[in-house]
Amino acid sequence: MGVVFEGDATGAWNEMFSAPGQPRPIYERLLADLNAYQPQELRLRSDQLSRTLIERGVTFAHSGEERPFPLDLVPRILGALEWDRLSRGIAQRVQALEAFLADVYGPGKIFDEGLMPRAVITSSPHFCRAAFGITPPNGVRIAVAGIDLIRDEHGNFCVLEDNVRIPSGVSYVIENRRAMTQAFSALFSDHRVHPVDSYPSRLFSALLAAAPRKAVDPVIVVLSPGVHNAAYFEHVLLARMMGVELVEGRDLVCRSNHVYMRTTNGERAVHVIYRRVDDDWLDPLQFRPDTVIGVAGLVNAARAGNVVLSNGIGNGVADDKLVYTYVPEFIRFYLGEKPLLDNVETYRLEDAEARAEVLGSLAKYVIKPVDGSGGRGIVIGHHATKTELRSLHKAIVASPRSYIAQRPVALSTHPTFVGDAISPRHIDLRPFAVNDGEDVWVLPGGLTRVALGEGELIVNSSRGGGSKDTWVLNDESIPFRGAVPPASHRSRRYPPPPRQNEEYVAQKGEQ
Amino acid sequence: MSERGMLSRLAESLFWIGRYIERADDTARIVDSYVHRMVEDPFNDESATCRSLFSILGIDVESERLRTVETLQTIVYDVENPNSIAGALNGAYENARRSRDYISSEMWVALNTTRNELPQREATARGFGPATYLQYVRERTSLLAGLTDATLSHDDGWRFLVLGRNLERIDMTSRLLRGRVVSDENAPDWMAFLRASGATEAFMRNTREINDANGVAAFLMLDRLFPRSVLYSLNLADECLVEIQPASQRISAGDAARQALARARGTLEFIDPRQLIDQLPELLEMLETTCFRITDAVTDRYFRREDAVAWHIEEGL
Repeated sequence: MGVVFEGDATGAWNEMFSAPGQPRPIYERLLADLNAYQPQELRLRSDQLSRTLIERGVTFAHSGEERPFPLDLVPRILGALEWDRLSRGIAQRVQALEAFLADVYGPGKIFDEGLMPRAVITSSPHFCRAAFGITPPNGVRIAVAGIDLIRDEHGNFCVLEDNVRIPSGVSYVIENRRAMTQAFSALFSDHRVHPVDSYPSRLFSALLAAAPRKAVDPVIVVLSPGVHNAAYFEHVLLARMMGVELVEGRDLVCRSNHVYMRTTNGERAVHVIYRRVDDDWLDPLQFRPDTVIGVAGLVNAARAGNVVLSNGIGNGVADDKLVYTYVPEFIRFYLGEKPLLDNVETYRLEDAEARAEVLGSLAKYVIKPVDGSGGRGIVIGHHATKTELRSLHKAIVASPRSYIAQRPVALSTHPTFVGDAISPRHIDLRPFAVNDGEDVWVLPGGLTRVALGEGELIVNSSRGGGSKDTWVLNDESIPFRGAVPPASHRSRRYPPPPRQNEEYVAQKGEQ
Repeated sequence: MSERGMLSRLAESLFWIGRYIERADDTARIVDSYVHRMVEDPFNDESATCRSLFSILGIDVESERLRTVETLQTIVYDVENPNSIAGALNGAYENARRSRDYISSEMWVALNTTRNELPQREATARGFGPATYLQYVRERTSLLAGLTDATLSHDDGWRFLVLGRNLERIDMTSRLLRGRVVSDENAPDWMAFLRASGATEAFMRNTREINDANGVAAFLMLDRLFPRSVLYSLNLADECLVEIQPASQRISAGDAARQALARARGTLEFIDPRQLIDQLPELLEMLETTCFRITDAVTDRYFRREDAVAWHIEEGL
């Protein structure tokens, strides 16, 4: 079937074509492959894709209902060179955020230097006093980060938001690839695509490396809120693929600052908790007292150093959207480097001048609540009604700290199979980064979300979005960052092999 | 048992997956034997037959006049009723969701597709009669049983599942027999019981006395080789308990579940098979209590989560 370039009135970047009839070089092959299919055949394969996903129970829960997450059959391709730049930018960003968190819940140098007012932190809804004094053994508070990227009108990737609390979506990356290789094996034989299934073992190594030093054979668990959580499928997948227990709050018990899980043979100590429960619900003694999915005493056990919570508590302060505006400065301040990835142009509304400008022409901006996630509360100025804008105006005046304003970016578009035709739809990208304390590894590709409604700009699954399999092509000429073996093969669980050189040197020294 | 044990919640889910899958299978078999009777017997009293079906499945009904259609709705298609076939499969599915990290993905896919497929099968069955639906359920439960044995490690989790399966089987076989014992002339005949248990050939090969009620009952209760007999299932359940807690073979404070099992096995072992039919009512009652006791004891020992709240003075506070 003919996939053709369709222009977009918004001036959005088209991922596949540079001009009508001119596919970008990395897409040439895919385009030729796709053009060889009849529309009916594509329909059949698309049905096969969704059937595979439904049978495997790849769903997310939305308003109490299990829904499949639609997978589009046209993959998104990233070239090796572009990916190299992106993954370095993401790793840099994660490292800067890590340094920032250590600083915020530590000495506070950034405030002393006057680069950021302390009030920005203390007024953040996710700032967590309980996190003071919890020092992660290997310094990692962000074991997993999801950095949301979009490509602007000029083809530049920029960061839309950072997610360093409990980012989700990686299970769809793994399952999408699995379904695609089944339905479209021919496409894969024509391309050299980096595999994505090493994610669980990377995560496992990172969690192992995060364990308390005194734990000899650390026990790792995944803590889930339970089957009614939207991402329960992912919790199951990760626990299964890492070969660790999936627990709920009621399976754990804290005693004398140690955490145990209840088994058929009594209680068993737990050392690392990859928790997929929000701070608020984690521990009734520290956060919301009415939580029933949490475990009383967890935070004290973490403070005593007997258990590691991963990601750390209080991380939300680093993905606060007002703090986001400071991240490029973090990179310069903490790492002494030039940021490799730009932010979207953003205005701090506490700044009187910027506020006046934004309030004067609200319809020209995108307004976001600083603590929202999943697309909640975002107002796109020129789509909003007068009433919406009026109430937003009021809300901003009442609490300027709670909002940021951004220049609207026309998200790039990508040919997508909708109905029985292929037409452009807006997409974004959420790569996943895993930090084991020595290195930040970025899963090749990540989750490409696609807004299935025509012209729709919000891609979140809860707003009826779908996803695309995302390919990073291999290129021998470019060294691939993921080539370093994960930490577990280097340390901890197995004693390292004797280093011949050292011994040699030591012997020589004695002579 | 591995020294580390397994999550109590997980063990409980697996136990119930075993029970629910078996329940769906056995209920389908029992309903099948009744459906034959409802359809084939011209002298059949519809309401009384339905009542008999309800009573052996342990479901209380208030309605005076029972009709086949509503009876099948309650016993076969009603998802809300955990004793119905659809309800049992749903129960297995819900427990599988909670233990998805443990069971094999093949098992999960089999359960998930079964659940997705049921509404379609139900629609067909409403037009063509329940036989196709019952057949489908029996095929799927067999598939699930096969996958359980072929794709799970035979560790404690599997043992809890097999334990659940066998307790349910004991319960359902004794229910099946109870239908006849309460001298209910609307219950299917003895041959139908054999058919419902898939035991016709095994029984025939063993004996020539086709219409011997005592022979059928003895076979379903006491045969040591037929996997659906009560004694066979009791033995298997005991093996599971022993492997889960090997220490219970030595002198110990006593495992309530194994004690209940031992008592039931002892009673059955000392029965004279030729006199079985006379003692059947008491035996079946005893088996019902045994199943309850074992479930309680296993729940208490392995699945209990809510410890009494104990406050400790936390260090460093």
